[in-house]
Amino acid sequence: MNDKDVPQDDSTTYQGQKKLIYAVDDSGNYHGVKSSGWEVESFATQMAVDDLQEQTQDALIQARQGEVSPLAYHMLRLRFDISSLSQTTGFFQWQIKRHLTPKVFNKLSESKLNTYGEVMKLTIAELISLPK
Amino acid sequence: MTDIILDIDHQQSSHCESGVISTLLRSKGLKISEPMAFGLSSALTFVYLPMVKIGGLPLIAYRMPPKAIIKAVCKKLKVELDSQNFSNQAKGMQALDDELAKGNLVGLQTSVYWLPYFPEDMRFHFNAHNLVVYGKTAAGNYLISDPVFEHLVECPAEDLQRARFAKGALAAKGRMYVVRNVPSDIDLTPHIYSAINKTAKMMNGLLLPFFGNKGIKFLAKKIRSLVKTKPKYQKLFLGNIVRMQEEIGTGGAGFRFMFASFLAESAKLTNNDDLQAAAKQATEVGDNWREFAMDAVLFCKKRKDLSLDNVADKLESCATQEQALRSTLLAIKG
Repeated sequence: MNDKDVPQDDSTTYQGQKKLIYAVDDSGNYHGVKSSGWEVESFATQMAVDDLQEQTQDALIQARQGEVSPLAYHMLRLRFDISSLSQTTGFFQWQIKRHLTPKVFNKLSESKLNTYGEVMKLTIAELISLPK
Repeated sequence: MTDIILDIDHQQSSHCESGVISTLLRSKGLKISEPMAFGLSSALTFVYLPMVKIGGLPLIAYRMPPKAIIKAVCKKLKVELDSQNFSNQAKGMQALDDELAKGNLVGLQTSVYWLPYFPEDMRFHFNAHNLVVYGKTAAGNYLISDPVFEHLVECPAEDLQRARFAKGALAAKGRMYVVRNVPSDIDLTPHIYSAINKTAKMMNGLLLPFFGNKGIKFLAKKIRSLVKTKPKYQKLFLGNIVRMQEEIGTGGAGFRFMFASFLAESAKLTNNDDLQAAAKQATEVGDNWREFAMDAVLFCKKRKDLSLDNVADKLESCATQEQALRSTLLAIKG
Protein backbone atom coordinates (compact mmCIF):
# COMPACT_ATOMS: atom_id res chain seq x y z
CA MET A 1 0.00 0.00 0.00
CA ASN A 2 1.22 3.45 -0.85
CA ASP A 3 1.69 5.61 2.24
CA LYS A 4 -0.78 8.16 0.90
CA ASP A 5 -3.44 5.44 0.68
CA VAL A 6 -3.23 4.47 4.35
CA PRO A 7 -6.82 5.04 5.49
CA GLN A 8 -7.50 7.85 7.96
CA ASP A 9 -11.18 7.25 8.62
CA ASP A 10 -11.24 8.30 12.31
CA SER A 11 -13.02 5.09 13.30
CA THR A 12 -15.01 5.43 16.51
CA THR A 13 -14.01 1.88 17.45
CA TYR A 14 -10.40 3.12 17.80
CA GLN A 15 -11.51 5.68 20.42
CA GLY A 16 -8.89 8.16 19.30
CA GLN A 17 -6.10 5.58 19.17
CA LYS A 18 -4.01 4.97 16.08
CA LYS A 19 -2.60 1.85 14.51
CA LEU A 20 0.68 1.45 12.71
CA ILE A 21 0.72 0.06 9.18
CA TYR A 22 3.79 -0.40 7.01
CA ALA A 23 3.46 1.35 3.69
CA VAL A 24 5.66 2.31 0.78
CA ASP A 25 6.48 5.82 -0.43
CA ASP A 26 6.88 6.95 -4.04
CA SER A 27 10.57 6.05 -4.14
CA GLY A 28 9.94 2.50 -2.91
CA ASN A 29 10.97 2.92 0.74
CA TYR A 30 8.93 1.27 3.46
CA HIS A 31 8.05 2.95 6.72
CA GLY A 32 5.41 2.82 9.46
CA VAL A 33 2.38 5.07 8.95
CA LYS A 34 -0.18 5.80 11.66
CA SER A 35 -3.77 5.11 10.71
CA SER A 36 -6.75 6.58 12.55
CA GLY A 37 -9.02 3.82 11.31
CA TRP A 38 -10.40 2.08 8.29
CA GLU A 39 -14.10 2.17 7.47
CA VAL A 40 -14.09 -1.45 6.24
CA GLU A 41 -12.55 -2.74 9.44
CA SER A 42 -14.72 -0.67 11.75
CA PHE A 43 -17.84 -1.90 9.96
CA ALA A 44 -16.83 -5.49 10.76
CA THR A 45 -16.00 -4.57 14.36
CA GLN A 46 -19.28 -2.71 14.78
CA MET A 47 -21.22 -5.64 13.33
CA ALA A 48 -19.65 -8.00 15.87
CA VAL A 49 -20.17 -5.57 18.74
CA ASP A 50 -23.80 -5.00 17.75
CA ASP A 51 -24.45 -8.73 17.52
CA LEU A 52 -22.97 -9.24 20.95
CA GLN A 53 -25.01 -6.38 22.38
CA GLU A 54 -28.16 -7.79 20.88
CA GLN A 55 -27.46 -11.19 22.43
CA THR A 56 -26.72 -9.51 25.76
CA GLN A 57 -29.97 -7.54 25.65
CA ASP A 58 -31.93 -10.70 24.80
CA ALA A 59 -30.30 -12.48 27.71
CA LEU A 60 -31.20 -9.60 30.03
CA ILE A 61 -34.85 -9.73 28.98
CA GLN A 62 -34.92 -13.50 29.38
CA ALA A 63 -33.20 -13.28 32.76
CA ARG A 64 -35.77 -10.75 33.97
CA GLN A 65 -38.54 -13.11 32.90
CA GLY A 66 -36.85 -15.92 34.77
CA GLU A 67 -36.10 -17.96 31.65
CA VAL A 68 -32.34 -17.89 32.13
CA SER A 69 -30.12 -17.15 35.12
CA PRO A 70 -28.33 -13.80 35.63
CA LEU A 71 -25.12 -15.66 34.75
CA ALA A 72 -26.29 -15.83 31.11
CA TYR A 73 -26.52 -12.05 31.02
CA HIS A 74 -23.23 -11.35 32.80
CA MET A 75 -21.40 -13.93 30.69
CA LEU A 76 -22.32 -12.19 27.43
CA ARG A 77 -21.94 -8.69 28.86
CA LEU A 78 -18.35 -9.50 29.81
CA ARG A 79 -17.63 -11.05 26.40
CA PHE A 80 -17.39 -14.62 27.57
CA ASP A 81 -19.09 -17.59 25.98
CA ILE A 82 -19.66 -21.07 27.36
CA SER A 83 -16.37 -22.34 25.99
CA SER A 84 -14.19 -19.48 27.28
CA LEU A 85 -16.00 -19.52 30.62
CA SER A 86 -15.33 -23.24 30.86
CA GLN A 87 -11.63 -22.71 30.14
CA THR A 88 -11.30 -19.97 32.74
CA THR A 89 -13.43 -21.37 35.56
CA GLY A 90 -12.49 -25.01 35.12
CA PHE A 91 -16.17 -26.03 35.05
CA PHE A 92 -17.28 -28.39 32.31
CA GLN A 93 -19.40 -26.89 29.55
CA TRP A 94 -22.37 -29.05 30.56
CA GLN A 95 -22.10 -27.70 34.09
CA ILE A 96 -22.13 -24.12 32.85
CA LYS A 97 -25.13 -24.88 30.63
CA ARG A 98 -26.98 -26.07 33.74
CA HIS A 99 -25.88 -22.96 35.64
CA LEU A 100 -27.52 -20.86 32.96
CA THR A 101 -30.92 -22.10 34.13
CA PRO A 102 -32.39 -20.18 37.11
CA LYS A 103 -33.41 -23.36 38.89
CA VAL A 104 -29.85 -24.68 39.17
CA PHE A 105 -28.20 -21.27 39.48
CA ASN A 106 -30.33 -20.25 42.48
CA LYS A 107 -29.04 -23.24 44.41
CA LEU A 108 -25.37 -22.84 43.54
CA SER A 109 -22.93 -23.10 46.44
CA GLU A 110 -21.04 -20.03 47.53
CA SER A 111 -17.75 -21.55 46.39
CA LYS A 112 -19.05 -22.08 42.85
CA LEU A 113 -20.41 -18.53 42.76
CA ASN A 114 -17.03 -17.34 44.01
CA THR A 115 -15.28 -19.12 41.15
CA TYR A 116 -17.46 -17.26 38.65
CA GLY A 117 -17.01 -14.00 40.55
CA GLU A 118 -13.25 -14.30 40.52
CA VAL A 119 -13.00 -14.98 36.81
CA MET A 120 -15.52 -12.28 35.89
CA LYS A 121 -14.34 -9.72 38.46
CA LEU A 122 -17.78 -9.55 40.08
CA THR A 123 -18.92 -9.81 43.70
CA ILE A 124 -21.49 -12.50 44.44
CA ALA A 125 -24.10 -9.76 44.96
CA GLU A 126 -23.34 -8.40 41.48
CA LEU A 127 -23.33 -11.85 39.92
CA ILE A 128 -26.78 -12.80 41.16
CA SER A 129 -28.43 -9.48 40.40
CA LEU A 130 -29.54 -7.75 37.22
CA PRO A 131 -29.42 -4.03 36.37
CA LYS A 132 -32.57 -2.09 37.24
CA MET B 1 8.56 4.03 47.74
CA THR B 2 9.60 6.37 44.96
CA ASP B 3 8.86 6.14 41.28
CA ILE B 4 10.95 3.79 39.18
CA ILE B 5 11.18 5.04 35.63
CA LEU B 6 13.62 3.29 33.32
CA ASP B 7 14.81 4.62 29.99
CA ILE B 8 12.63 3.45 27.16
CA ASP B 9 12.65 4.18 23.46
CA HIS B 10 8.97 3.61 22.71
CA GLN B 11 8.20 3.09 19.05
CA GLN B 12 4.73 2.21 17.95
CA SER B 13 4.60 -1.17 16.25
CA SER B 14 2.25 -2.98 13.97
CA HIS B 15 2.21 -6.18 16.03
CA CYS B 16 2.73 -6.72 19.76
CA GLU B 17 5.22 -9.58 19.78
CA SER B 18 7.59 -8.31 17.10
CA GLY B 19 7.30 -4.83 18.65
CA VAL B 20 8.18 -6.01 22.15
CA ILE B 21 11.25 -7.96 21.09
CA SER B 22 12.41 -5.06 18.93
CA THR B 23 12.06 -2.68 21.91
CA LEU B 24 13.85 -5.03 24.30
CA LEU B 25 16.75 -5.64 21.89
CA ARG B 26 17.04 -1.94 21.10
CA SER B 27 17.35 -1.19 24.82
CA LYS B 28 20.40 -3.47 24.86
CA GLY B 29 21.96 -1.72 21.89
CA LEU B 30 20.97 -4.26 19.25
CA LYS B 31 19.09 -2.47 16.48
CA ILE B 32 16.56 -4.91 15.10
CA SER B 33 13.53 -3.24 13.55
CA GLU B 34 10.06 -4.66 14.02
CA PRO B 35 9.78 -5.94 10.42
CA MET B 36 13.27 -7.47 10.74
CA ALA B 37 12.22 -9.36 13.89
CA PHE B 38 9.06 -10.51 12.14
CA GLY B 39 10.89 -11.63 9.01
CA LEU B 40 13.77 -13.37 10.78
CA SER B 41 11.31 -15.49 12.76
CA SER B 42 9.51 -16.64 9.59
CA ALA B 43 6.27 -15.70 11.28
CA LEU B 44 4.25 -15.06 8.14
CA THR B 45 1.69 -17.75 7.39
CA PHE B 46 -2.01 -18.49 7.08
CA VAL B 47 -4.10 -20.76 9.28
CA TYR B 48 -7.80 -21.57 9.15
CA LEU B 49 -8.97 -23.92 11.88
CA PRO B 50 -12.70 -24.58 11.44
CA MET B 51 -12.83 -26.77 14.54
CA VAL B 52 -11.44 -24.12 16.89
CA LYS B 53 -14.32 -21.78 17.62
CA ILE B 54 -14.11 -18.37 19.24
CA GLY B 55 -17.52 -16.99 20.09
CA GLY B 56 -18.98 -19.60 17.73
CA LEU B 57 -16.84 -18.55 14.75
CA PRO B 58 -13.71 -20.29 13.45
CA LEU B 59 -10.14 -19.29 14.20
CA ILE B 60 -8.27 -17.65 11.34
CA ALA B 61 -4.69 -16.51 11.81
CA TYR B 62 -2.21 -14.85 9.52
CA ARG B 63 0.99 -15.57 11.41
CA MET B 64 2.66 -18.22 13.53
CA PRO B 65 1.27 -18.90 17.02
CA PRO B 66 2.16 -16.62 19.97
CA LYS B 67 5.67 -16.84 21.41
CA ALA B 68 7.09 -18.05 18.06
CA ILE B 69 8.58 -14.67 17.10
CA ILE B 70 10.40 -13.99 20.36
CA LYS B 71 11.65 -17.56 20.58
CA ALA B 72 12.94 -17.70 17.01
CA VAL B 73 14.62 -14.28 17.07
CA CYS B 74 16.43 -15.00 20.34
CA LYS B 75 17.52 -18.44 19.21
CA LYS B 76 18.84 -17.26 15.84
CA LEU B 77 20.65 -14.20 17.11
CA LYS B 78 21.92 -16.00 20.22
CA VAL B 79 20.22 -13.53 22.54
CA GLU B 80 20.05 -14.67 26.13
CA LEU B 81 16.39 -14.41 27.16
CA ASP B 82 15.34 -15.21 30.70
CA SER B 83 11.70 -16.29 30.66
CA GLN B 84 9.63 -17.38 33.64
CA ASN B 85 6.09 -18.50 34.49
CA PHE B 86 4.51 -18.30 37.92
CA SER B 87 1.92 -20.39 39.67
CA ASN B 88 1.80 -17.95 42.56
CA GLN B 89 0.42 -14.54 41.56
CA ALA B 90 2.03 -12.58 44.41
CA LYS B 91 5.42 -14.07 43.57
CA GLY B 92 4.91 -13.19 39.92
CA MET B 93 4.21 -9.56 40.78
CA GLN B 94 7.16 -9.45 43.20
CA ALA B 95 9.49 -10.86 40.55
CA LEU B 96 8.37 -8.08 38.19
CA ASP B 97 9.09 -5.43 40.85
CA ASP B 98 12.50 -6.98 41.58
CA GLU B 99 13.53 -6.83 37.92
CA LEU B 100 12.39 -3.21 37.66
CA ALA B 101 14.35 -2.37 40.81
CA LYS B 102 17.43 -3.90 39.18
CA GLY B 103 16.90 -1.57 36.23
CA ASN B 104 15.67 -4.14 33.71
CA LEU B 105 12.88 -3.65 31.20
CA VAL B 106 10.43 -6.53 31.56
CA GLY B 107 8.35 -8.15 28.84
CA LEU B 108 5.00 -9.60 29.87
CA GLN B 109 2.35 -11.79 28.28
CA THR B 110 -1.13 -10.54 29.16
CA SER B 111 -4.83 -10.76 28.41
CA VAL B 112 -6.13 -7.88 26.32
CA TYR B 113 -9.50 -7.94 28.07
CA TRP B 114 -8.25 -6.82 31.48
CA LEU B 115 -6.01 -3.97 30.30
CA PRO B 116 -8.07 -0.87 31.03
CA TYR B 117 -6.28 1.34 28.53
CA PHE B 118 -7.59 -0.66 25.55
CA PRO B 119 -10.55 0.82 23.64
CA GLU B 120 -13.76 -0.85 24.82
CA ASP B 121 -14.68 -2.27 21.40
CA MET B 122 -11.30 -3.94 21.01
CA ARG B 123 -11.24 -5.70 24.36
CA PHE B 124 -11.78 -9.42 24.08
CA HIS B 125 -10.51 -12.50 25.86
CA PHE B 126 -7.20 -12.98 24.09
CA ASN B 127 -4.41 -14.10 26.40
CA ALA B 128 -1.30 -13.61 24.31
CA HIS B 129 -0.79 -9.87 24.15
CA ASN B 130 2.78 -8.72 24.78
CA LEU B 131 3.95 -5.48 26.35
CA VAL B 132 6.98 -3.98 28.11
CA VAL B 133 6.93 -2.63 31.66
CA TYR B 134 9.43 0.20 32.10
CA GLY B 135 8.59 1.43 35.58
CA LYS B 136 6.27 1.77 38.54
CA THR B 137 4.91 4.88 40.20
CA ALA B 138 5.01 5.51 43.95
CA ALA B 139 1.24 5.03 43.92
CA GLY B 140 1.73 1.51 42.60
CA ASN B 141 0.74 1.95 38.95
CA TYR B 142 2.84 0.25 36.31
CA LEU B 143 4.32 2.25 33.45
CA ILE B 144 3.91 0.40 30.20
CA SER B 145 5.21 0.62 26.69
CA ASP B 146 2.49 -1.22 24.80
CA PRO B 147 3.89 -1.66 21.31
CA VAL B 148 0.61 -1.27 19.46
CA PHE B 149 -0.18 2.05 21.14
CA GLU B 150 1.01 5.40 19.96
CA HIS B 151 1.93 6.67 23.42
CA LEU B 152 3.14 5.22 26.71
CA VAL B 153 0.37 4.05 29.03
CA GLU B 154 -0.20 3.37 32.72
CA CYS B 155 -1.99 0.45 34.36
CA PRO B 156 -3.07 -0.13 37.98
CA ALA B 157 -1.34 -3.09 39.64
CA GLU B 158 -4.57 -5.00 40.24
CA ASP B 159 -5.54 -4.88 36.57
CA LEU B 160 -2.08 -5.87 35.40
CA GLN B 161 -2.08 -8.82 37.77
CA ARG B 162 -5.46 -9.92 36.45
CA ALA B 163 -4.22 -9.56 32.87
CA ARG B 164 -1.10 -11.62 33.58
CA PHE B 165 -2.92 -14.42 35.32
CA ALA B 166 -6.15 -14.68 33.32
CA LYS B 167 -6.87 -18.34 32.66
CA GLY B 168 -8.11 -19.99 29.50
CA ALA B 169 -6.73 -20.67 26.03
CA LEU B 170 -3.09 -19.54 25.64
CA ALA B 171 -3.05 -18.57 29.34
CA ALA B 172 0.00 -16.44 30.11
CA LYS B 173 0.55 -17.96 33.57
CA GLY B 174 2.30 -14.76 34.57
CA ARG B 175 4.88 -15.20 31.80
CA MET B 176 7.60 -12.57 32.08
CA TYR B 177 10.86 -12.25 30.19
CA VAL B 178 14.01 -10.17 30.38
CA VAL B 179 16.83 -9.88 27.83
CA ARG B 180 20.06 -10.60 29.72
CA ASN B 181 22.69 -10.48 27.02
CA VAL B 182 22.95 -9.69 23.37
CA PRO B 183 25.92 -10.61 21.17
CA SER B 184 27.93 -7.59 20.04
CA ASP B 185 28.49 -8.49 16.43
CA ILE B 186 25.83 -10.08 14.28
CA ASP B 187 25.83 -10.78 10.58
CA LEU B 188 22.15 -10.85 9.64
CA THR B 189 22.69 -11.97 6.04
CA PRO B 190 22.64 -15.77 6.47
CA HIS B 191 19.67 -15.51 8.86
CA ILE B 192 17.75 -13.42 6.36
CA TYR B 193 18.11 -15.99 3.58
CA SER B 194 17.29 -18.96 5.76
CA ALA B 195 14.24 -17.19 7.20
CA ILE B 196 12.91 -16.29 3.74
CA ASN B 197 13.40 -19.86 2.59
CA LYS B 198 11.50 -21.20 5.60
CA THR B 199 8.63 -18.73 5.11
CA ALA B 200 8.36 -19.71 1.44
CA LYS B 201 8.30 -23.41 2.24
CA MET B 202 5.50 -22.95 4.77
CA MET B 203 3.39 -21.03 2.26
CA ASN B 204 2.43 -24.19 0.45
CA GLY B 205 0.82 -25.57 3.56
CA LEU B 206 1.43 -28.78 5.41
CA LEU B 207 -0.20 -32.13 4.84
CA LEU B 208 -3.42 -30.91 6.41
CA PRO B 209 -5.70 -28.53 4.50
CA PHE B 210 -5.65 -25.79 7.15
CA PHE B 211 -2.38 -24.01 6.43
CA GLY B 212 -0.81 -21.75 3.82
CA ASN B 213 -2.30 -21.64 0.33
CA LYS B 214 -4.31 -24.76 0.98
CA GLY B 215 -5.85 -23.10 4.02
CA ILE B 216 -6.81 -20.00 2.02
CA LYS B 217 -8.47 -22.13 -0.66
CA PHE B 218 -10.19 -24.20 2.01
CA LEU B 219 -11.64 -21.03 3.51
CA ALA B 220 -12.78 -19.88 0.06
CA LYS B 221 -14.60 -23.17 -0.38
CA LYS B 222 -16.29 -22.64 2.98
CA ILE B 223 -17.42 -19.16 1.87
CA ARG B 224 -19.05 -20.67 -1.24
CA SER B 225 -20.91 -23.16 0.94
CA LEU B 226 -22.36 -20.35 3.06
CA VAL B 227 -25.10 -20.00 0.43
CA LYS B 228 -26.97 -22.66 2.35
CA THR B 229 -26.88 -20.71 5.62
CA LYS B 230 -28.91 -17.79 6.93
CA PRO B 231 -27.95 -14.27 5.77
CA LYS B 232 -27.17 -13.30 9.34
CA TYR B 233 -24.65 -16.12 9.73
CA GLN B 234 -23.11 -15.24 6.35
CA LYS B 235 -22.54 -11.71 7.57
CA LEU B 236 -21.11 -12.78 10.90
CA PHE B 237 -18.84 -15.33 9.24
CA LEU B 238 -17.43 -12.84 6.72
CA GLY B 239 -17.25 -10.12 9.35
CA ASN B 240 -15.25 -12.48 11.51
CA ILE B 241 -12.71 -13.07 8.74
CA VAL B 242 -12.31 -9.34 8.30
CA ARG B 243 -11.97 -8.79 12.04
CA MET B 244 -9.39 -11.52 12.37
CA GLN B 245 -7.65 -10.04 9.37
CA GLU B 246 -7.72 -6.35 10.17
CA GLU B 247 -8.76 -5.55 13.69
CA ILE B 248 -7.25 -8.26 15.81
CA GLY B 249 -3.59 -7.57 16.21
CA THR B 250 -2.09 -6.51 12.97
CA GLY B 251 -4.19 -8.41 10.57
CA GLY B 252 -3.51 -10.44 7.50
CA ALA B 253 -2.78 -7.60 5.14
CA GLY B 254 -0.78 -5.83 7.85
CA PHE B 255 1.49 -8.83 8.23
CA ARG B 256 2.01 -8.99 4.45
CA PHE B 257 3.01 -5.30 4.46
CA MET B 258 5.35 -5.87 7.38
CA PHE B 259 6.92 -8.79 5.54
CA ALA B 260 7.36 -6.55 2.48
CA SER B 261 9.10 -3.99 4.67
CA PHE B 262 11.38 -6.76 5.98
CA LEU B 263 12.27 -7.76 2.41
CA ALA B 264 13.03 -4.15 1.47
CA GLU B 265 15.22 -3.68 4.54
CA SER B 266 16.99 -6.93 3.72
CA ALA B 267 17.53 -5.81 0.13
CA LYS B 268 19.44 -2.77 1.40
CA LEU B 269 21.44 -4.79 3.92
CA THR B 270 22.51 -7.41 1.43
CA ASN B 271 22.56 -5.30 -1.74
CA ASN B 272 20.30 -7.82 -3.41
CA ASP B 273 17.83 -6.31 -5.87
CA ASP B 274 15.85 -9.54 -6.08
CA LEU B 275 14.72 -8.88 -2.52
CA GLN B 276 13.48 -5.42 -3.46
CA ALA B 277 11.43 -6.92 -6.28
CA ALA B 278 10.02 -9.52 -3.89
CA ALA B 279 9.08 -6.70 -1.50
CA LYS B 280 7.01 -5.10 -4.21
CA GLN B 281 5.28 -8.39 -4.88
CA ALA B 282 4.55 -8.93 -1.16
CA THR B 283 3.00 -5.45 -1.02
CA GLU B 284 0.69 -6.37 -3.88
CA VAL B 285 -0.35 -9.48 -1.95
CA GLY B 286 -1.21 -7.30 1.04
CA ASP B 287 -3.16 -4.91 -1.16
CA ASN B 288 -5.18 -7.80 -2.54
CA TRP B 289 -6.01 -9.01 0.98
CA ARG B 290 -7.35 -5.56 1.73
CA GLU B 291 -9.46 -5.64 -1.42
CA PHE B 292 -10.81 -8.98 -0.25
CA ALA B 293 -11.76 -7.43 3.10
CA MET B 294 -13.50 -4.64 1.24
CA ASP B 295 -15.46 -7.09 -0.91
CA ALA B 296 -16.46 -9.11 2.14
CA VAL B 297 -17.80 -6.00 3.86
CA LEU B 298 -19.55 -4.82 0.71
CA PHE B 299 -21.31 -8.17 0.59
CA CYS B 300 -22.40 -7.72 4.21
CA LYS B 301 -23.72 -4.26 3.38
CA LYS B 302 -25.53 -5.65 0.34
CA ARG B 303 -23.97 -2.98 -1.83
CA LYS B 304 -23.22 -3.73 -5.44
CA ASP B 305 -24.10 -7.08 -6.91
CA LEU B 306 -21.52 -9.10 -5.09
CA SER B 307 -22.23 -12.77 -4.52
CA LEU B 308 -20.55 -15.14 -2.11
CA ASP B 309 -18.85 -16.68 -5.14
CA ASN B 310 -17.32 -13.30 -6.03
CA VAL B 311 -15.97 -12.93 -2.50
CA ALA B 312 -14.58 -16.47 -2.59
CA ASP B 313 -13.00 -15.79 -6.01
CA LYS B 314 -11.21 -12.79 -4.56
CA LEU B 315 -9.91 -14.87 -1.68
CA GLU B 316 -8.69 -17.52 -4.10
CA SER B 317 -6.81 -14.84 -6.00
CA CYS B 318 -4.96 -14.12 -2.72
CA ALA B 319 -3.93 -17.77 -2.63
CA THR B 320 -2.75 -17.65 -6.24
CA GLN B 321 -0.74 -14.50 -5.55
CA GLU B 322 0.86 -16.00 -2.48
CA GLN B 323 1.80 -19.02 -4.53
CA ALA B 324 3.55 -16.76 -7.02
CA LEU B 325 5.30 -14.93 -4.18
CA ARG B 326 6.44 -18.28 -2.88
CA SER B 327 8.16 -19.11 -6.18
CA THR B 328 9.86 -15.72 -6.19
CA LEU B 329 11.10 -16.21 -2.65
CA LEU B 330 12.36 -19.73 -3.33
CA ALA B 331 14.32 -18.47 -6.33
CA ILE B 332 16.21 -15.91 -4.23
CA LYS B 333 19.73 -17.04 -3.58
CA GLY B 334 22.13 -15.41 -1.19
